[in-house]
Amino acid sequence: MSDGFDSWSNLRRFTPARIALGRAGDALPLARLLEFQAAHALARDAVHQPFDADGLADTLADHPTLLVRSQAPDRATYLQRPDLGRRLHADDLALLSGMRCQGQGPKKSYDAVIVLADGLSARALHDHGKALVDELLPRLAGWDIAPLILARQARVALGDDVAAALNAAIVVMLIGERPGLTAADSIGAYLTFRPRPGLTRDAERNCVSNIRPDGYAPALAADLIAWLMSQARRLKLTGIGLKQDRPPELPGA
Amino acid sequence: MAYSATVGQTAYRFPDLKTLLARATPARSGDQLAGLAASSDTERVAARIALADLPLKTFLSEALVPYETDEVTRLIMDSHDAGAFAPVASFTVGQWRDWLLSDAATSDALSALAPGLTPEMVAAVSKLMRNQDLITVGRKARVVTAFRTTIGLPGRLSVRLQPNHPTDDPKAIAASILDGLMYGSGDATIGINPATDSVGRCLELLSMIDDLRRRFDVPVQSCVLAHVTTLIQVMERGGPVDLVFQSIAGSQAANRSFGIDLSILNEAHQAATSLKRGTVGQNVMYFETGQGSALSAEAHHGLDQQTMEVRAYAVARAFDPLLVNTVVGFIGPEYLYDGKQIIRAGLEDHCCGKLLGLPMGVDVCYTNHAEADQDDMDTLLTLLGVAGCSYIMGVPGADDVMLSYQSTSFHDANYVRGVLGLRPAPEFEAWLTRMGVMDAGGRVRPALAAGSGARRLIDGVTT
Repeated sequence: MSDGFDSWSNLRRFTPARIALGRAGDALPLARLLEFQAAHALARDAVHQPFDADGLADTLADHPTLLVRSQAPDRATYLQRPDLGRRLHADDLALLSGMRCQGQGPKKSYDAVIVLADGLSARALHDHGKALVDELLPRLAGWDIAPLILARQARVALGDDVAAALNAAIVVMLIGERPGLTAADSIGAYLTFRPRPGLTRDAERNCVSNIRPDGYAPALAADLIAWLMSQARRLKLTGIGLKQDRPPELPGA
Repeated sequence: MAYSATVGQTAYRFPDLKTLLARATPARSGDQLAGLAASSDTERVAARIALADLPLKTFLSEALVPYETDEVTRLIMDSHDAGAFAPVASFTVGQWRDWLLSDAATSDALSALAPGLTPEMVAAVSKLMRNQDLITVGRKARVVTAFRTTIGLPGRLSVRLQPNHPTDDPKAIAASILDGLMYGSGDATIGINPATDSVGRCLELLSMIDDLRRRFDVPVQSCVLAHVTTLIQVMERGGPVDLVFQSIAGSQAANRSFGIDLSILNEAHQAATSLKRGTVGQNVMYFETGQGSALSAEAHHGLDQQTMEVRAYAVARAFDPLLVNTVVGFIGPEYLYDGKQIIRAGLEDHCCGKLLGLPMGVDVCYTNHAEADQDDMDTLLTLLGVAGCSYIMGVPGADDVMLSYQSTSFHDANYVRGVLGLRPAPEFEAWLTRMGVMDAGGRVRPALAAGSGARRLIDGVTT
């Protein structure tokens, strides 16, 4: 058995990818194999960790929050029935729809609503949800933002129901991404302009993925999300019609 | 028209053709999610008994997705080659299964037959096949394509080098590319899934790979797997585009959910072909598919997920692709629940794609919310090696740090090449040998002495 990395292992400082792992014949050295198995076990555990929405709401105490559920009653159902995770529980739909009527006028509307959802990694929201919200909200000065929505057993399209119920023009879904081996704590941000529950297609959304301190850092991600939101409001769309080329990246621009 | 069969004491009735196909399909979670799966093992076998007696030509007169409203159905029907179909035109689905396994169904016979087949015929026959049948037929059906390397020759197994990074950092991606090359991977393509769909970043990454390729004279083709409309913009700006990628599915509505249709694929195909960047061939398209994508987009028209998957291959074959792969375990446990279902689906997709004349590879993979692990992937990888799969993925340490799933690694590729005596694409094999990455015995064992090709490559990337 050999623990030795390959001679180009100095490149490992550039990437979290598992490079220069060395070899035992054509196979992995045992030490690398056991590292992989440990990471897989951690990721599997992250998938099944319950969402502590109350705890998250406490950390976000500076902002009004509201807890909602999807139609998936438990984790096992959630994993096998994505259709249920996309729809808001009937009671919560009624709650949000009623809230919109309690404003000053008869038909309150919002520029945007931000949803923090467990998705496939509640841990991502536990660990980085507050940091991302704290970076994002100050970049949205002048926006009329709905109360923060915390969503349990939720998939991305659940945000469509939320936006429709609250009459919000843009929904920003901050959702725990499927855990990988290197990162079990990534948040994905999905932006949708004027979603239509049950009808909005994936190509009508913009996505910023891998949001976590060692991936797409929350401050940078918040820059991009806020920029996409302003573009979405200007162009009145999200999705493939909104290319994520920010001006500084354009050669010659 | 209704179909029926009796198993034991029970008579089963199937109201229409798509129900018959769905009920005959080996059990999987996606068909259960869609409410299409057989309710018992006996119902499933009854459906197979009825399906076996169905005349193959039924699929030419009965469209499962309406011709009038679906351009994929129109493509399938309008491009059908009746002459190529003639040798099997009188068969039932069951008789065709036996013929496919017979000595008469040689590699040449299968190649000649491919333009005469529709996806629905191929999906139907696969439902009557055991895993070993899928391997036997998949192995006989040979498809060869080329750009700067030649993919799919007998005794060869190519690898897509997949050097993804969470923020598309060029230095990090270059490090993973070097790692892959030093392990003998990359002959299918060096293909990056970008974290964001950006024209500027595509240009930067493609230029980086192109520089590396020219400096070290590597026979590879590059690809950034951005949306096809992004790649069209990159080509308009004069970017060094070898292959154009797109995810595709088996219905017009599902493709619309990906933001594409046949005309945009045609535009991209023509644009990339006109660049004439290939050396040993000019296949310029790269497509990915996966069972469950149509249902996921609620665009499956009541068809089972495997039949919808094979319909996606009809989209692919219209554009003479260099590479097509199913990302078999990526979509999650709601479509393929565990290792057994993923293994079955991988063998089906490979066999069905090859029968339709596609250069079929498989992303042997799983997610952390599926009931699967590396032991399951070892099994599927080995079976696909035996089945003559055109290519697999090579991801550093099997861990994709951008897409958060587990695929096969550079090490896995060398394992399966080693135990089955498979070799890389000939152009790439010659380069590996010339560079001292591959030894005289054909094993990947880089010679790292000063002045060796492998050492120059390492020094070239690290400094």
